[in-house]
Amino acid sequence: MTAKASRSTAYDPIPLPTERRAPLEPPEALAALRSDGGVHRLRYPDGHVGWLVTSYELGRKVLCDKRFSLCNIFRSPSGDQEKRAAHAAAVRAPEISAGIMATRDRPEHTRLRRSVARHFTVRALEDRRTRITDIVRSRLDVMEESAQPVDFVETFALAVSSLTLCDLFVLPPSDRSGFERFTAVQEEPDASVEDKIEATLSFRAYARDVVRRKRAEPADDLLSDLIHAGDFSEDQVVGMIVQMLTAGHDTMNGTLALSCYLLLQEPSVWERLRADPAAIDNAVEELLRYLTLIQTGAFTRTATEDVELADVVVREGEGVTVSLTAANRDPTRFPDPDRFDIDRDARGHLAFGHGVHMCLGQHLARLVMQIGLTELIQRFPSLRLAIPAEDVRLYADDVLVRGVYELPVRF
Amino acid sequence: MKIEIDRECCASSGMCVRAAPAVFDQDGEDGRVRLVLDAAPAQHAEAVRLAVEECPTGALALREDDEPAE
Repeated sequence: MTAKASRSTAYDPIPLPTERRAPLEPPEALAALRSDGGVHRLRYPDGHVGWLVTSYELGRKVLCDKRFSLCNIFRSPSGDQEKRAAHAAAVRAPEISAGIMATRDRPEHTRLRRSVARHFTVRALEDRRTRITDIVRSRLDVMEESAQPVDFVETFALAVSSLTLCDLFVLPPSDRSGFERFTAVQEEPDASVEDKIEATLSFRAYARDVVRRKRAEPADDLLSDLIHAGDFSEDQVVGMIVQMLTAGHDTMNGTLALSCYLLLQEPSVWERLRADPAAIDNAVEELLRYLTLIQTGAFTRTATEDVELADVVVREGEGVTVSLTAANRDPTRFPDPDRFDIDRDARGHLAFGHGVHMCLGQHLARLVMQIGLTELIQRFPSLRLAIPAEDVRLYADDVLVRGVYELPVRF
Repeated sequence: MKIEIDRECCASSGMCVRAAPAVFDQDGEDGRVRLVLDAAPAQHAEAVRLAVEECPTGALALREDDEPAE
């Protein structure tokens, strides 16, 4: 096989493609990279040269190969390098990254994950269906009582996400501000590094206060279990709380908002879901695949030894970014991949990642999407955008998580 | 068919439960995979194969029987 010789383009470093032709399409340049072998040299903003994986098969392989470490996830493939470096330096400190599961390798990662995993099983979350439905309906009530146009993000998507987490962790709804402010600052393009560091520290202070409250009044809940098990340091417990609250609400918010944004532009799909509520399960898998919320790629992996990947060799110490959006549009896995089709078989998509770090909250996300979208469509069958679709502001293309700043709707 | 489980590898993702709920469950201690007690995997062969394929950590494997089913 002369693959190495003929694919010299694999060795010219490129920056991460982020420019799109249309808001819900992946960055344009990814498709060509995927058809040309699916692994290419990537220039990270910090100057490091690693690899970008764009094919489904290689993406899956990297994500479940234990030779890749999560030790350096702060090496981001996109964004303003100086800002990120300053922020990363502040949050990389051991006492701040302790317990953040996404940054840990085995065996520590296994201990952390297994200490809470029983609260995130398919069955445990299915048991919360009624409570989630109540939260969703209460927010639909608020929408109904609000002056129109209503901001779907503030009134529904963000509220449902945060309140579901408060319910899961048995925190008062007023705790929302404790974690929402942190993500608002991270997503704010004009926020200074100082703002972001301050937001990180005050989020941790809030999480420390949660630990104090749960210690003072233990209950039969996830956080009390975690604290009273005594297996982890205070910094680790604080980190776990920060990890779960961050990972849980911003992604959920973005997914609900983008799903609504997309479905409002697909009236035949909207009508189909209204008439046939059973179609929602598969529709949710297709929404997850098509939207692929983690847009710049899975957290950066670092090779701990030389690894052969297709026709290249990733050397020890080199970074690898798996483009989840490119993998989820791979025609060898998902025929006619750019078609939004709620009847296709979207199983096996990588929207939640793969491997041991696969999203711990994925079944909660599915449940909230299924219930949230079904109830929304039943309650407001003639929901529509209050502004032209092209005027809706989405988060910038170089931030990790996709989202919508504001989604004005009428019903 | 025989299902081989490597519980050490399991990350409690629950993907097997989604694919084949008649065959797989998650334990109450740390959410790792366990087989449903009186499940007959051969009756859910396709779902079981899907579960094995979807497992994010490779904790599941299948050994097809050489002999015909009893």
